[in-house]
Amino acid sequence: MKFPALALLVALALSALPARAANVDYAKSEITFVSKQMNVPVQGRFKKFTAQIAFDPKNLPASKAQVEVDLASIDTGSSEADAEVGKKGWFNTSAFPTAKFVSSSVTQAGPDKFEAKGKLSIKGIGQDVVAPFTAKRTGDTVTYEGGFLLKRLQFKIGEGIWSDTDTVADEVQVKFKIVTTGDK
Amino acid sequence: MANDPQRYTGMAIALHWLIAIAILCTFLLGQYMSDLQLSPAKLKLYSYHKWIGVTIFLLVLARIAWRLGHRPPAPPPSMAAWQHHAAGAAHFFLYALTLAIPLSGWLMSSASGFQVVYLGVLPIPDLLAKNKETAGQLKELHEALNWLMVVVVALHVAAALKHHLIDRDNVLQRMLPFLKQRSVAK
Repeated sequence: MKFPALALLVALALSALPARAANVDYAKSEITFVSKQMNVPVQGRFKKFTAQIAFDPKNLPASKAQVEVDLASIDTGSSEADAEVGKKGWFNTSAFPTAKFVSSSVTQAGPDKFEAKGKLSIKGIGQDVVAPFTAKRTGDTVTYEGGFLLKRLQFKIGEGIWSDTDTVADEVQVKFKIVTTGDK
Repeated sequence: MANDPQRYTGMAIALHWLIAIAILCTFLLGQYMSDLQLSPAKLKLYSYHKWIGVTIFLLVLARIAWRLGHRPPAPPPSMAAWQHHAAGAAHFFLYALTLAIPLSGWLMSSASGFQVVYLGVLPIPDLLAKNKETAGQLKELHEALNWLMVVVVALHVAAALKHHLIDRDNVLQRMLPFLKQRSVAK
């Protein structure tokens, strides 16, 4: 009776795995941010990123998220700034092309409200971040929406003359909306 | 201030020169800043330019309101009718442009995706949504209106100097309190 034993083994192995990763619908997902220049809020976004999300509200310890952002795909809101922020003093995209977030824990913060804690790495610098988010399900589609306040100087984003926070504020509000399908 | 029929009121004179100086400063600033490479200084100068523009707009509104309640002194009777019309048209254009130029700048800023936050504290609502094409057209409009302004101001200054140096009447004195009025045959 080899076959049932194998099936049992596979079933056991699967249950031990983290929640199954869902397919991300990138057309509906976005990572945006608001920076402040001379106290003027300016909208920006990243056009390219990949996300792996395994989320089960009934099994939060097994829930995980990993997001990788292609920093060169930035749209800062002006073409002049797009050309600037790839440079060494900013993201230095030739040496550090991506920003990466890897969750370490997901906890419940209220009804449909959660908190993802994890490490955000940009420019070779890792910082702990906490991103509150909501998860709304319709059918097999789940929409995750949340954000966090990023302090750009902690990651040396904007060095030298640009470290002047009177001109470009230290705080950058990062927002994400990630839509997954095929989640059961 | 006592009403002198030969002069503009002190308030009108103060607003005229304040606006003139602000326009000169922000015009030159606008010329200078647009060619700069992106830097914190450039972001600052752009903000200052916008703040001065908003200030000019407000001062011009104040000036128009003041003018409605305080008629300007009558022009010298020696002036020909066509000169009255020309001066009237030039003044109308100056008022219109000093309002239209800040407005076009504000719309251009909105269309470029940069809200104007007056003095860094008072956000002025965006009338237009961000749109690259619209932003480009408004930039051209803002520049064209400025060059039109240069032409009208040049005519305005030339006319004032002509009155003072050639006609030798009191037209310039009406706006320059420290110049002595001449006794001109009426």
